[in-house]
This record gives sequence, C-alpha cells and structure tokens, in this order.
Amino acid sequence: MANPVVKLISRIGAPFTDALLKLGFAARFFVAVLRHSPIALLRFSLTMREIWFAGVLSVLIIGVSGLFVGMVLALQGYDTLVRFGASSSLGILVALSLVRELGPVVGALLFASRAGSAITAEIGLMKATEQLSAMEMMAVNPIARVVAPRFWGGVISMPLLAAMFSAMGIIGGYLVGVQLLGLDSGSFWSQMQASVDLRFDVINGVIKSVFFGIAVSLIAVFEGYDAPPTAEGVSGATTRTVVTSALVILGLDVLLTAFMFRGV
Amino acid sequence: MKRGLIDFWVGLFVMAGVAALLFLAFKVSSSSTLVASDTYTLSANFENIGGLKARAPIKSSGVVIGRVTGITFDPKTYMAKVSFAIDKRYQFSRDTSASILTSGLLGEQYIGLEPGADDRMLEDGGRITITSSAVVLEQLISRFLFSKAQEGGSSGASEPASNHALEK
Repeated sequence: MANPVVKLISRIGAPFTDALLKLGFAARFFVAVLRHSPIALLRFSLTMREIWFAGVLSVLIIGVSGLFVGMVLALQGYDTLVRFGASSSLGILVALSLVRELGPVVGALLFASRAGSAITAEIGLMKATEQLSAMEMMAVNPIARVVAPRFWGGVISMPLLAAMFSAMGIIGGYLVGVQLLGLDSGSFWSQMQASVDLRFDVINGVIKSVFFGIAVSLIAVFEGYDAPPTAEGVSGATTRTVVTSALVILGLDVLLTAFMFRGV
Repeated sequence: MKRGLIDFWVGLFVMAGVAALLFLAFKVSSSSTLVASDTYTLSANFENIGGLKARAPIKSSGVVIGRVTGITFDPKTYMAKVSFAIDKRYQFSRDTSASILTSGLLGEQYIGLEPGADDRMLEDGGRITITSSAVVLEQLISRFLFSKAQEGGSSGASEPASNHALEK
C-alpha cells in the first residue's frame, strides 16, 4: 500500500465506502425500528409523550410561519396578478402553492429543525451518558423503549402539522387578500374551491407530508443513535440531522412531484 | 409534565390537525373527481383541440357537468378523440353539439355542450358527431390579414405592387 497512486485512489474511494456503509446501517436500523414498533405502539403512552414533544411543541412555530408565508404569497401574487386583471384568482394561487408544495415542504423543514434536532440531541446525549447501555444491561431494548416511540411520534405529528401550516397560510392569504387588499371575499373562496381538487391536490399534499415525516423522523433517531458518544459527536449529529433532512426533503419532493403532478 | 396534561395537549393537537384537514377538504377544495359509478362516458372527435387538457371541465349553459378523461390522436381520421365522463343525472339528445371554448381571454379551455332536439338520448360510450374545434389565435389573425390583403387587391391597381413588396 506504499504506492502513492494506490493511496490516492483509496482516499477518493473512502468517502463513498463510508457513505455506503452508513446507508446500509441506516437501512438495517430502519428495519429494527419497524420490528420493535408494535411494542412501542402497544404502550401508547410512550408514543403519546413523543407526539407532545415533537408535535404539540411545534404548533406555535408552524402556525405562525404558515400565517406569514400565506400573507407574503398573497402580497406577491397580487402584485403580479393585478397586472393581468386576474386578481380574483389570488385565492387559487395561495391555496394551490400551499396545499401542494409549501405546506408539506416548509412544514417538514421547520419540523426537522425544531423537533428533529431535539430528538437527535436527546438520543445522542442518552448514548453519551451511557443510559442506553444501562438499559441494555437491564434487558430493556433501547430501540423499543427510546427510539421507536420517538420515530412514531414524528411520523404521526408531521401530516397534522403540515395541514395546520396550509390552513394557517390560507387564512393568512385571506387576511391580506380580502381584508387588506380589498378583494371580494366570495370570489376569493369560490374560485379557490372550484380550482383546488380534494383528491388531486389536498390528498397528494398529505401523502407528501407522510413521506417527509417518515424521512425526517428516521434521520433524527438514526443520527442520535449513531452519534459518537462525546459532546462534539452529539453536536455534529444534531447539525447533520438538520442538513441531511433538508436535502432529503427537497430531493424526495422532486421525486414525489414528478410522480404526482407530471403531465396532467 | 404530568401524564394527564400530556394526554390533554396531544388530544387538542390531534383535534387541531384534523380540523385543519377538514378545513382543507371542505372549505378550500372540492371533489371534482366524480365517482365512476355515477357517470357515463361520451366521446367526440375534434379537428383541433387547441390547449384542451385532461381534467378540463365539460359545461352546458355554463354549469360544470363532467370532466375530460382522456385525449388521444386517431391515426386513421387524423383527428383528436376526446373522451369525457358526464354526471348520470344529465342526459343529452343524440344531436347534441360539442365545441371547445375558452373561459375569458386567457383562461382555461373547456368543452361546451349544446343540446339538440332529438328525442333519443346518448348512451354510455356514445359519440357526439357535431363538433367545432378550438379557435386558434394564429389562424384567426392570418385569416384576418388575408381578407384585408384581398380587400386591398380588389380596390385597385395597387395589388401587384403590394404583392411584390410582400415577396421581397
């Protein structure tokens, strides 16, 4: 191995091998979480606490952000639509962009930074302070007791939070469009209702948020469980949760949108 | 945090989430996908469908009564075959005419049905034979220009000169 060429090529290869190893470990971890899920779901009070932790505590940031995003959409959309004399279509613009894209995507990004990072830090610190090892010593499986409830708490919370984001955004759009800019309230709602389809737009948005919920929750619990048991390791894992979640959310969004909305 | 308090807040959270979903379902959107058992399918051939798309509305007297389900190209007649689902409550006579119209100047295109006077009604799988194609703006403009040029030609001797100028 003393050959410098071999050394150079190995150094190029190493990150790919590491990434692949980690991906494989994450996949096996996912299977382990699913296998231990029935226990966590049967003792539902455990999952209940995590829904409170991941979901209830995120309501404020999700609701307020949704309201602001809806208001900005209405202000910006009105500026463009009014040039074409189509300002009564503002409701359609606000509702479609929120229900199809912004609700699930921005909701998931906020969820990853608010709840995902906290989950990673919690599990990482449990590992660093050897609480997980202590559980194993007492014949308690930490994946069933600690990881699975947090995973399901996130998966259950995410679609509800995304729906709240969209609903608050539409209310924000209504406040700006009708109350501030003086559009007609009747045409705002009726045009919106005529153009937004329940199955095609709303249900597809909910399906997106379910996928994002699974992805973010898995990344959060995995990074926490995989974190090096040091202060530095936990901080690095927390950062990785947010960065990886954001990339995975946006990448998944491209894929899901291509499947759902292409060519129709 | 006490157990009972957590349950209370989670219950409130789930209720708020479901309320948001119901708001999206009933106040924001409408279900335009008609249930398959409550519709029957008709088709019509058009020479040109313009910008008509699947899921475009079918209207009669301005009321939405169905949706376009599929658009295909018929290689034998070189025409576009549009099939659409119509609510079973509405029956149309066999000499109904279908035309592709545009809502507003820049709006979406839809199919308008104009009922005829025949006593016999269209059945499931039936075909509307009287159709008129979408208005294509370029064709309208070129037709207008040609008729203008002809008017100019008939009025006097300037025709050869103007034609010559056009050819250059």
